[in-house]
Amino acid sequence: MSNIVFPAETLDLIKKIIARYPDEKQKSAILPILHLAQAEWKWCSPAVMDYVATLLSISPIEVYEVASFYTMFHLEPVGEHVIEYCRTGPCCLMGGVEVYDHLKKRLGIQTGETTKDGKFTIKEVECLAACGWGPVFQIREKYHMHLTNEKVDEIIDELSK
Amino acid sequence: MKILTQHIDVPGIETIDVFMKNGGYKAVEKAIKTMTPDEVTEEVKKSGLRGRGGAGFPMGMKWSFLAKPEGVPRYLVCNADESEPGTFKDHYLMMKSPHTLIEGMIVSSFALGANTSYIYVRGELMYVINILEKAIQEAYDKGLLGKNILGSGYDLDLFVQPGGGAYICGEETALLESLEGKRGNPRNKPPFPAVKGLWQCPTVVNNVESIAATSWIVNNGGDAYAAIGVGRSTGTKLISASGHIKKPGVYEIPLGITVEEFIYSDEYCGGIRDGHKLKAVVAGGSSVPILSADNILTTDAGEKRLMTYESLSEGGFATGTMLGSGGFIVMDETTCIVHNTLTFARFYHHESCGQCSPCREGTGWMDKVIKRIETGKGRSEDIDLLVDVAKKIEGNTICPLGDAAAWPVAAAIRHFRDEFEWHITHPEEATKPGAVYMRPGASWSN
Repeated sequence: MSNIVFPAETLDLIKKIIARYPDEKQKSAILPILHLAQAEWKWCSPAVMDYVATLLSISPIEVYEVASFYTMFHLEPVGEHVIEYCRTGPCCLMGGVEVYDHLKKRLGIQTGETTKDGKFTIKEVECLAACGWGPVFQIREKYHMHLTNEKVDEIIDELSK
Repeated sequence: MKILTQHIDVPGIETIDVFMKNGGYKAVEKAIKTMTPDEVTEEVKKSGLRGRGGAGFPMGMKWSFLAKPEGVPRYLVCNADESEPGTFKDHYLMMKSPHTLIEGMIVSSFALGANTSYIYVRGELMYVINILEKAIQEAYDKGLLGKNILGSGYDLDLFVQPGGGAYICGEETALLESLEGKRGNPRNKPPFPAVKGLWQCPTVVNNVESIAATSWIVNNGGDAYAAIGVGRSTGTKLISASGHIKKPGVYEIPLGITVEEFIYSDEYCGGIRDGHKLKAVVAGGSSVPILSADNILTTDAGEKRLMTYESLSEGGFATGTMLGSGGFIVMDETTCIVHNTLTFARFYHHESCGQCSPCREGTGWMDKVIKRIETGKGRSEDIDLLVDVAKKIEGNTICPLGDAAAWPVAAAIRHFRDEFEWHITHPEEATKPGAVYMRPGASWSN
């Protein structure tokens, strides 16, 4: 795992991010950098978190305690596409439970699991602030809204190509 | 009357040129070139604008608490960590018209004497963060941000900070902890952020919608803003409407219209979906008390309930609720209140930061006990047990998450106790797919 190094342009970006905060307050860059790390390596392995700590000149535990507090960071390996569906009230009112059941059936996995081919992971998350456009799930940065069983199939078909 | 969303559907409004063609950034020019910071604050005070994140605290007053010691930086932090179930107005506003927020950030930062400001956006909204960053760059390019803004000598840098997925960071001191790169554990108050906030410096934390409204107040005056609305509920409010209505979405309303108009008029929700009847409403985000159809439309005194802070809370928690964040969740007769309450209890259990025992343990208990009732394994004593647990959380935690977790459970039992009882006494029937209890004689029952 010694090849954990951000590409040069990401390292440049990180320098700019750290410059957003006063001197010696570079720890504030943890969350932005963890997002960049997860985009790069899919999940926040201990080695990745150690690397983030060295970039910020802080101890590894300071990164672990933050990464484990915020639910967006995957502390276990995940599939190529992580589907995070909203399980909170308003999405359920709009038929979310049925749609998410269809998603699980379609992929043959339960929440928290990854398909055998490593393509998809399903996670359930709390409110995604899209209640009027539910049911909703998120795949990386993209929000998929007004979900129906048919729409779920289309999205999975597209991503399976 | 539209203040924040007047131009929101203009094609290209997310770009600074179109935004400026539609009157954008005039408030920056007016404030910085013709007003003192105190004069801006004075207009905001006069406007009566109250914090739109949920607490409803007068914004001008909050600003006036800001300590101003010599040689110490002050910060404005925008709370865009919108996570209260039922609420998606800030998401909508920032996504469609990012400059509306940025203009308000410049005006507000000027009033507070902040030279560095941050917009803390929930991390899930990375695509919105990208939209904001692009818009901020446009503002820098036009000389509206950076050094010597519009030749005034005033400097301001504005940055966007992503969260990482934690409802608790919508609480202002947890947000500041998070912005410092820590776990989002709320701080004990005092000291308040106005004295010791971000990096122990004086800080104001305001919601997206509140900050966005300051531009209009600068342009038109605090009195003009205060002329909209009713009593102490001045101005307009973004309401996030979701659930069983014909037209879910975000609506800007003048405070003071009736709840009935909001639900049934074609201008707003358009009524309950075809063939169904109104059963219940959560009017201000998941944490405020749920009300039955009768209580939400009419107060105890028999008057039509209004969309204002005061009218929604009339009757206290016995028959009233709160405007909160304006997360307006509508439920028709097909809704199982027990299941809906379970999703809220599960939410707060998941989102409790774990710092205070009553919340950490209590939210877990409520989640477990409601789940037991929902799955047909409830015991007759469970309902009172829930009421007891909710009582023991309320008021006993560092931050309001404890109350926010307790209220929806207590209110669901207060107004729909028969539905919980039915689950316990009729477990086989209640656990059938789609089964919903029909209260005999209720306006929504068949």
